[in-house]
Amino acid sequence: MGVRIQTKDFDAGAEIAALRGNNPKIGAVASFIGVCRDANEGTAVTKMTLEHYPGMTEKALEKIVAEAKARWDVMEVLVVHRVGELKPTDQIVLVVVTGAHRGEAFAACEFIMDYLKTRAPFWKKEETPQGARWVEARASDDEAAQRWEPPKSSAA
Amino acid sequence: MKIKVLYLASLREQLGKSGEDLEIPAATSTVAGLRALLMARGGAWQAALAQGRALRVAVNQEMAQPATPVKPGDEIAFFPPVTGG
Repeated sequence: MGVRIQTKDFDAGAEIAALRGNNPKIGAVASFIGVCRDANEGTAVTKMTLEHYPGMTEKALEKIVAEAKARWDVMEVLVVHRVGELKPTDQIVLVVVTGAHRGEAFAACEFIMDYLKTRAPFWKKEETPQGARWVEARASDDEAAQRWEPPKSSAA
Repeated sequence: MKIKVLYLASLREQLGKSGEDLEIPAATSTVAGLRALLMARGGAWQAALAQGRALRVAVNQEMAQPATPVKPGDEIAFFPPVTGG
């Protein structure tokens, strides 16, 4: 298990191999890679800068990973998130989850990304032909995170 | 009491400041109280921290609510909704 914030690129294959090691109990590896697009909200994006809140970022990610491990029967989790200047086609984030079976690994991986998008203190600023702009948070990301909330009691 | 306040991302740009060490009245004992104290500076502070603006606050690097207590030595960060991933 690990959480890393870094400016340099990552090699997903090497990261997965390191996370798996020689563990013969692993039957499933689920992964997600987030990538920088060349457009957002109908406007071309030439570059973006990712900022974070050092200290809190690591704590927030570790808490999300701990919650995923408590909720699903998975083995190892790795989260790597880049900061600094990125351009279209660059990799931004990597999440890898290993487990005995795919269902739990898929669910934990998706949960981690949904919570990362709404709870980890990262902010994107895009360069567009019209100038720089901060990316606005999306309601769809909040909705994606909310589906993992435990069902509310109907008793009021 | 002495506290440390941080302003991140777009909020830092709107306020022209990344953070400051502040001496605040002991009566300012919650996140909501601190926000009101900073808004009273007027101008960009009033606009950027106004109620209704989407704003998140962390106390000692944990997400906080308006009623979260503020204690001496705390690090309080104001920032917009997050957009990583």
